[in-house]
Amino acid sequence: MAWKRKDLLSMQDLEPAEIRAVLDTSESMKEIATREIKKVPTLRGKTVVNLFYESSTRTRTSFEIAGKWLSADVINFSASGSSAEKGESLLDTAKNIEAMSPDVVVVRHKASGAPAMLARNLRCAVVNAGDGAHEHPTQALLDLLTIREKKGHLEGLNVTIVGDVAHSRVARSDIHGMKKMGITVTVAGPPTLIPAACQELGVKVSHRLEEAIAHADVIMMLRLQHERMTAGFIPSLREYSRVWGLSLDKLKHCRSDVLIMHPGPVNRGVELSPEVADGPYSVILDQVTNGVAVRMAVLYLLAGSKGA
Amino acid sequence: MSHLLLRNGRVIDPWNGVDAVQDVLVADGKIAKVGAGLKAPAGATVIDAGGKVVCPGFIDIHVHLREPGFEYKETIATGTRSAAAGGFTAVACMANTFPVNDNRAVTDYILAKARVEGCVRVYPIGAVTRALKGEELAEMGELAEAGCVAFSDDGKCVMNAEVYRRAMEYALPFGVPIISHAEDCHLAHRGVMNEGLVSTELGLAGQPAAAEDVMVARDILLAELTGAHLHIAHISTAGAVRMVREARARGVRVTAEVTPHHLVMTDEAVRDYDANTKMAPPLRGKRDVEACLEALAEGTIDCVATDHAPHALSDKEGEFAEAANGVVGLETAVPVLLDRLVRQGRLDLPTLVARFTSGPARLLNLPGGRLSAGAPADITVLDLERAWTVEPRHLHSRSRNTPFGGWTGVGAPVLTLVGGKPALPNQPLAVPGGDA
Repeated sequence: MAWKRKDLLSMQDLEPAEIRAVLDTSESMKEIATREIKKVPTLRGKTVVNLFYESSTRTRTSFEIAGKWLSADVINFSASGSSAEKGESLLDTAKNIEAMSPDVVVVRHKASGAPAMLARNLRCAVVNAGDGAHEHPTQALLDLLTIREKKGHLEGLNVTIVGDVAHSRVARSDIHGMKKMGITVTVAGPPTLIPAACQELGVKVSHRLEEAIAHADVIMMLRLQHERMTAGFIPSLREYSRVWGLSLDKLKHCRSDVLIMHPGPVNRGVELSPEVADGPYSVILDQVTNGVAVRMAVLYLLAGSKGA
Repeated sequence: MSHLLLRNGRVIDPWNGVDAVQDVLVADGKIAKVGAGLKAPAGATVIDAGGKVVCPGFIDIHVHLREPGFEYKETIATGTRSAAAGGFTAVACMANTFPVNDNRAVTDYILAKARVEGCVRVYPIGAVTRALKGEELAEMGELAEAGCVAFSDDGKCVMNAEVYRRAMEYALPFGVPIISHAEDCHLAHRGVMNEGLVSTELGLAGQPAAAEDVMVARDILLAELTGAHLHIAHISTAGAVRMVREARARGVRVTAEVTPHHLVMTDEAVRDYDANTKMAPPLRGKRDVEACLEALAEGTIDCVATDHAPHALSDKEGEFAEAANGVVGLETAVPVLLDRLVRQGRLDLPTLVARFTSGPARLLNLPGGRLSAGAPADITVLDLERAWTVEPRHLHSRSRNTPFGGWTGVGAPVLTLVGGKPALPNQPLAVPGGDA
């Protein structure tokens, strides 16, 4: 299919055919990573700006590598040491960057909706690399790619997402993306960390981990931010880990071919015991590898596929 | 003696139970007579109001004029022009200025400014507590003496129930209501919109309807305890409406207002992260909107009030979560409700007029809100066929933060008379002349 979108802001926006297009393109991008010379000229002369207002190692690096392997000029702009510290507004910063004619702006921001605002105001393509508790579409796409690779298909699978769904942009993007691809999604966590009206998103909600993961083909463990404890959502990390952490013991009741995923960074010993994180079920590092391929596909579709 | 005759309009005066084609004669800034076939005295200005609706001047008991202190958002001059353009002849302004209207000097300043620069009547509302801190009572006695028509810490909720109880008691002798901004700040937490499916999908922190309901429940109990007149500002939830209805049935002195935006918009409007859909209380769900409309129709809600809250672009253009709360409303309230409620058959015109006139006037013991002989000649004329489009850049307010930008409809105020004189220049209906 022909890609028509100017921006990639959310999984909620995407049609199933568009998701398939990104995944298929990602698979061909993956081949580049296996070459000795990991560089193709596809985006030569194009400029990608990574505009990161929140700290991020994995996502920013992933976009940077993706851009460079496609021969784009990649510029990293992080909030510290920039005009953001001097009180310049997001919109002003973005307009200044636009005045330098980039082709793609990849933005991460703590405020939900910040990429949407930029997309409305900028002529270039905008990619949402995570906004507040809203969405993180490239993460959902790399999760789907990883699941499709390992399971051979998506339709009909059962995925259980465990943990702090309320504050997770990954969970929202995964839910939208997975539902569109025919996956049955269950979310599980303490009720304080399940967002309002969650069932209306079309997922099952469970408050018991063992029950939620018993029939899962994939378990997606979410990171628990330490500040959730001080904010009164849970009594202690210790209790959270005991009840909601995934240990080898709890895995005994799961399917033998279950996949364990995590968007990273992992809080070892909190949501995942080290044995599980590093164990045979874990595909956490495959997710990271696929992240580069998915971002190459996204940059290509947004900046390179129209008469480049 | 100067005379003005509005001829052949459909006069809707709910206070006096009038809804008929009649003439309204004004003499020296006061209503002289209302009736059919009135003669124009020599030299009278005659306005042909045929096909129009002639009402007592509309009153908005909840606006933020921002002066003193935030003149970059609005001034008494621009805010009252905005009111006049929207069909309002009187406004009551909240105390959250800088300095706060918690002492007589500020009240005097507002009234003096309004006399010189205002084009509609301005009634100040005094603070309940000093600096709106919710701790010590403001000097309510002196504020009432200076002309404050109610007390409110609007924008903030007095969280300490003991302080609020004492405020209600202390205000009893002044015979004016305590206006409650009902929002439990702990339950509302950092919520920037209504909690529900939309907040979950947008990833914005939501505040539950219960944050409002808990405070309405508390304040009703305190009103019952003290015998005070409690007025609930900008009611927005089905739960709060139910409690007010039940309390009134028990004889508790509680009144309520609702804003136009809470009558015609839901939290679905937030989906574009437009900060002009951000206000406190937030836009709620469909069920809440329906409950508010039902309560407005039956009279459980006494009046429509805009909560006109001007903010400069710089207060609103950032990220949604960081943007200031509030929207302007004076120039859109009447047109939007005439079209979306009256024209669409969801509320009859006389009831809407009552909620803009007799309702608010009774609530704050104001002299307007009626076309009785001897009352001030504050008059709003409506044209039910006037088509409109909301163009934010054309607003008279200094600010542009309307959630109704681009809306179109039919039915609007076309003339606003304060004390028998057009509040704004260039309102086209008046023609000089007389019969005698």
